[in-house]
Amino acid sequence: MVKNDVSFKLGGEAGQGVESSGMGFAKAIARSGLFIFGVQDYMSRIRGGHNWYQVRVAERQLYSHEPQIQLLIAFDERTVDEHLPEVVEGGGVLYDEGFKVDAEAIKAQGVIPMPMPLLKIAEEVGGNKLMMNTAAVAAAAGIMEFDLSYIEQVIRDNFGRRKGSEIADRNIRVANAAYEEARKRYAHLFEWKLEAIPNAPKRMVINGNQALGLGALAAGCKFVASYPMTPASSLFEFMCAQARRFGIVVRQSEDEISGLLHCIGAAHAGVRAFACTSGGGFSLMVESLSLAGSTETPVVIVLAQRPGPATGLPTRTGQEDLLFALHAGHGEFPRAVLTPGTIEQCFYEMARAFNLAEKYQMPVIVFTDNFLANSLRAIDPDAFDFRKVASEIDRGKLILPHEHEKVEQAVANGYRRYEFTDDGISLRIPPGHPKVVYSVAGEEHLPEGFIDWEETADNRNKMMRKRMRKLEVAAQNDMRLPEFYGPDDADITFVCWGSSYGPVREAVDTLNRNGMRTNMLHFVDIHPLDWDRVADILDNCRSWVVVESNYTGQLARWIRMNTGRKADAVISKYDGRPLNPTYIIEHLQEVLVGV
Amino acid sequence: MATAPVTMKELQSPVEPTWCPGCGDYGILNAVKRAMVQLGLRPHEVFFVSGIGCGSKLPDYIRANGFNSLHGRPVPIAQGFLLAHHDMKVIVVDGDGDNYGIGGNHWLHIMRRNPNITHIVQNNMVYGLTKGQYAPTSMKGYVSTTSPEGTIEWPVNPIAIALAAGATFIARGFSGDPKHLADLIAKGIQHKGYALIDVFQPCVIFNRVNTYDWFRERIYKLEDDPNYDPHDRDAAWAKAHEWGDRIPIGVFYINEEVPTLEEQIPALAEKPLYQHEIPPKVEDLEALKVAFM
Repeated sequence: MVKNDVSFKLGGEAGQGVESSGMGFAKAIARSGLFIFGVQDYMSRIRGGHNWYQVRVAERQLYSHEPQIQLLIAFDERTVDEHLPEVVEGGGVLYDEGFKVDAEAIKAQGVIPMPMPLLKIAEEVGGNKLMMNTAAVAAAAGIMEFDLSYIEQVIRDNFGRRKGSEIADRNIRVANAAYEEARKRYAHLFEWKLEAIPNAPKRMVINGNQALGLGALAAGCKFVASYPMTPASSLFEFMCAQARRFGIVVRQSEDEISGLLHCIGAAHAGVRAFACTSGGGFSLMVESLSLAGSTETPVVIVLAQRPGPATGLPTRTGQEDLLFALHAGHGEFPRAVLTPGTIEQCFYEMARAFNLAEKYQMPVIVFTDNFLANSLRAIDPDAFDFRKVASEIDRGKLILPHEHEKVEQAVANGYRRYEFTDDGISLRIPPGHPKVVYSVAGEEHLPEGFIDWEETADNRNKMMRKRMRKLEVAAQNDMRLPEFYGPDDADITFVCWGSSYGPVREAVDTLNRNGMRTNMLHFVDIHPLDWDRVADILDNCRSWVVVESNYTGQLARWIRMNTGRKADAVISKYDGRPLNPTYIIEHLQEVLVGV
Repeated sequence: MATAPVTMKELQSPVEPTWCPGCGDYGILNAVKRAMVQLGLRPHEVFFVSGIGCGSKLPDYIRANGFNSLHGRPVPIAQGFLLAHHDMKVIVVDGDGDNYGIGGNHWLHIMRRNPNITHIVQNNMVYGLTKGQYAPTSMKGYVSTTSPEGTIEWPVNPIAIALAAGATFIARGFSGDPKHLADLIAKGIQHKGYALIDVFQPCVIFNRVNTYDWFRERIYKLEDDPNYDPHDRDAAWAKAHEWGDRIPIGVFYINEEVPTLEEQIPALAEKPLYQHEIPPKVEDLEALKVAFM
């Protein structure tokens, strides 16, 4: 009997409720005190095709899924064919007994076919074939002998208020019937069990996009303008849902160009603003990014990556836009790039992005991707410390127009919007006060803000140095070096960024359990950085292998460009599917030959 | 609005315009200043957003707040600024290429949102700053460096598009009549909502067709006809298509029944967004966690 260590997968067509059932099941399990890692896979369509939802369960915090599963729950026949190879020996395939399934093929793999009258129970007990989802989830719970009351509670939450408790009652009756039948038939054959943890603390079941949203709220963001694009849309929708409650202006702009420009306008008025998009939308924002850099306007942009090029794989994941964002925008101007790796980091780095943007008066790009945006984990609510974020809010050299005394003092000191200063950061007073009247421009400008009509070389040099000086100061004072996870003195260091954190961390743990000595060096801050110190860190690694989800090894190139240091190897994945620990370990063997 | 009268001198910028002598933009600048004086608007109460082009240099030539942005892009910046600071008078100034060409999509959407923004389009029917290419409003057959055999496209009809797009104040002026134009601009600023003022503006260097004389021979004022009611949409539609020997200027259409964008946004009900205190109360944020558990 293996307790509380299992992965199961639900699969079916779009529209069958694969995602909602999977997430509901994950939530029920999390409420029982266990840790979960939920990951989804879906196609760019509303009905049909093939989607799946996979949940891994453990008694410790999880940072990744694994490709192999113990239980496959099929809402359609295609799921069986597609995912049977992932089921381990001794595992099971649960499906409606009306499906045409090759049970012999399943048995040949050492896997247990588990046909169940799911549709029959849904229709006869529930009166609606759509309740097949409930039957399937409950059946899976029965096979694993997981306390059904947690699932009943999720059903009540979903249906209790909105659709009336009569539907909830029927769903619960279906759940009980399926649970009992499945338990009777298969529980004794199936090794893996789920048992609630008594007195476990309550945890939040939350994904990366939601954490980014909480971070934005916590940091006092007041303005969002965006155009929907997968996988950023759910972040935008989250902010829309909170707009009234938190007094935020959220605008769906006519396109992404307009979205970022709305934010620039709002930020110019003195408000914290962000736009969120994916690579294609960011492509449209590029000219405006240059404008923000030139006018030294603080804006935050969330770039939720998906594979390109062009429309690419809209609902899949990748890390293909790093070098693009680092260089985007014509001309040379300061920006910062942050790539949080965990859901907790999404929260803090989003809040921090606003501080960096306002302190250094520049655009800050926060990276995520489909994998991090959508993966679910169970996290202690205290991990999202609103008080800490509030105490760290830093608006930089900003005086708002209604802070009369401070404005008067600044004017008396000869306020000019783009004053030359040691750290390159000039005082910023948004328009509104009678004594502060000025114009800004995307053209090269004078300290007063006017366009430099004479276009003198002297002013140009000074302004360029002023703007770029901010990068040096940020690198020295505010940007963070990459962090290690795992033992010191490793033979192999996995170097990575963004969402690779989870799979690499789990790979490190597995390898070390099996006698190797590895660790991870994870970058959140990508630019600007104190590269001399980064070089020192790398020079102290015995060997280092970069792991990232793109073809060209973008972080590896960025490191080489800034330090001259070349990675010993790069493990790449660019098939649109997330990294996982097994993939990393298998490919490590390959690259080790070359190291 | 001001208590002591605003003067033209107060609105004078230290920056000398680089416009060619005789440029229609001088007339527009003059009219804008007159409108501010008429309404008693002080420099700090106005925020100009411009695109790129000769006319878009205007924010530097007037003493007021300004943002000289990107080609075709002042409209979204103006909206973002207004929503963050909605008691500022926001005025967009850009050319026909900037707004009816590259900025067209943004223009289409601001009209159906109706934010309280005045939009002055300097319509000289040519691309001046880039030296003489044809523009979205150039007449069919217009000869230019990029249409050596005459354009083969029909021009944009801004008045008709504005009517169809739901604009609530549509006017057209002439830079050769700055007094009349000042009046239109003042009306536009006072209008609660989006106000379009398309301004015929001769480009003396590059447009040798649509000259001051050409316009003076054709334009007539809608307000000279006592029977013309600018609240009548059908009448406005008909006038929007009048072109040739007679070209109407003045106020084509007004609709005062439409709420502005900002008055429909709950966050702006009490005070301007930039005055809101941040961050939110910790208790309110903590309450969000419940939904995840």
